Amino acid sequence: MTSSSFAIRDSATMLRRQLRHMQRYPSMTLMIIAMPVIFLLLFVYVFGGIMGAGLGGATAGRALYVNFVTPGILLITVGGGATGTAVSVAMDMTEGIVARFRTMAISRASVLTGHVVGSMIQSLLSVTAVIALALLVGFRPTAGPAGWLAAIGILALFVLGVTWLSVALGLISKSAEGASNLPMPLLILPFLGSGFVPAGSMPAGLRWFAEYQPFTPVINSMRDLLFGIPVGNNAILAIAWGAGITLGSYLWAVRLFRRAPVRYAGA
Amino acid sequence: MTSQLSRLAIVAAGLRMSYGDKIVLDGIDLQVAAGSIFALLGPNGAGKTTIVHILSTLISPDGGDVQVAGHDLVREADAVRAAIGVTGQYSAVDKLLTGEENLLLMADLHHLSRAEGRRRAADLLERFDLVDAAKTMAATYSGGMRRRLDLAMTLVGEPRIIFLDEPTTGLDPRSRKATWQIVRDLAARGVTIFLTTQYLEEADELADRIALLDHGVMIAEGTAEELKRLIPGGHVQLRFADVAGLDAAYAAVGGGSRDENSLILQVPSDGGVQSLRSLLAKLDDRSIEIAEMSVHTPDLDDVFLTLTGNPCQPDLGRPDIELESAR
Repeated sequence: MTSSSFAIRDSATMLRRQLRHMQRYPSMTLMIIAMPVIFLLLFVYVFGGIMGAGLGGATAGRALYVNFVTPGILLITVGGGATGTAVSVAMDMTEGIVARFRTMAISRASVLTGHVVGSMIQSLLSVTAVIALALLVGFRPTAGPAGWLAAIGILALFVLGVTWLSVALGLISKSAEGASNLPMPLLILPFLGSGFVPAGSMPAGLRWFAEYQPFTPVINSMRDLLFGIPVGNNAILAIAWGAGITLGSYLWAVRLFRRAPVRYAGA
Repeated sequence: MTSQLSRLAIVAAGLRMSYGDKIVLDGIDLQVAAGSIFALLGPNGAGKTTIVHILSTLISPDGGDVQVAGHDLVREADAVRAAIGVTGQYSAVDKLLTGEENLLLMADLHHLSRAEGRRRAADLLERFDLVDAAKTMAATYSGGMRRRLDLAMTLVGEPRIIFLDEPTTGLDPRSRKATWQIVRDLAARGVTIFLTTQYLEEADELADRIALLDHGVMIAEGTAEELKRLIPGGHVQLRFADVAGLDAAYAAVGGGSRDENSLILQVPSDGGVQSLRSLLAKLDDRSIEIAEMSVHTPDLDDVFLTLTGNPCQPDLGRPDIELESAR
């Protein structure tokens, strides 16, 4: 009982450490927010008109496409956050301070939990910023509070999974450079799913991949929930993917952390 | 037996470790008395850091029994961790936090109350001369300051046993002396210190007991005095103004090795006052003038070089002179 209360206390300490890092090194947070912001503006104002026309109705082109693309952009935000997490974990592991933590009588998982909760906060802040901007440029969801809550809930679970995954990717990377490359597929997947165009418009093989990869049900269910469309089994699939990725990545990351050899950046 | 064991802070028996087919530690036995300073001395690659990593629960050994602070290293790792503090070779400070925040982080992880944490942090900042730098990020610290902060962080939890892995490597002489003083102060408070070093002087200066490690094998262990006694080779070195003086002295003493080129006579001696007095009396009786005299007692350098069989030092005494005289 005491050990679990210490685990929470240690995790809170590690989270404070993480938040302070973000405060001292804000360029990472800014970069994570800047990328989806640029993507949003690019897709709305550069591609928006013609993409919207393609979705149906030349008259409401751009306005239609903002509503379509915003959930995809939010998933890009999550992917960018994952890159930040992997880099910061990889950097941390090369520091002597983590070796010090390992020689202390603290909850082993707290080092990782601190990273995960810190990154979750970072990602959800970025998501909030992107939603705010989307609303400014014409994103007009029709859902009530319940729909919003459900959509955010599904996204948050997915963020949790992706964050644990990126912690594991950070742990297997030998350097910060390697860690910045490994989560790259997470940034590509929204494009190879229903993030930017309907999966149905793709050629057969690609369409099959787009329909069955994890980002698609998350994007689809957010879209459905925010616009009051019946979600069908998209929500179940999204929750299953989120929970599955979280569990698998958590187990993987903890195992990697326990086994990780002592490594140093050098003096 | 039990009471003896309880006075031992660290007991290791048959410690083995290898990476692939490279044997890093080949059956190490260690006993460190509580409250003492123990130095592990050896060249780079001897296995010193590996031993520290094992004893501080960072890595598990391939074999051997180890007890630290009375707890089994493998089965009771957390109890061991609660009793130890480690300052490694590379700085283990959080560079993005200030000095004070680093210390408070340690206080939080030791589950101290806020007030107690602040008290210890303030005290350590004072003790380690970091008050002025307390509010600046550790990334801006000099190497010496980072070492001091590192050590201060180790002390926040008031560990009973402290591991210091090459604590003075890369420090300037002044910082090195300051670190020595800190180590002595800790030992005076009853803390057990396990330190590794490449510097014979450091081990000689600080340690109650010294173990010599070479290629993963413990080649000698004892007090500095005991180790020095392993080697005969103390001598008195006498230099004369001319060959006549040298020859006369050689005849008077009736032994030693003489070198005509440098006009030096080496006489085996334990370096004690009594033997020096009788040596000088013999020369005085014959009115032989000595130009220069020095007493050489064997130091740990001699011990280490002899035991590891360093090819540069083929003999026990002062080989340079003996070799020249043999020409």
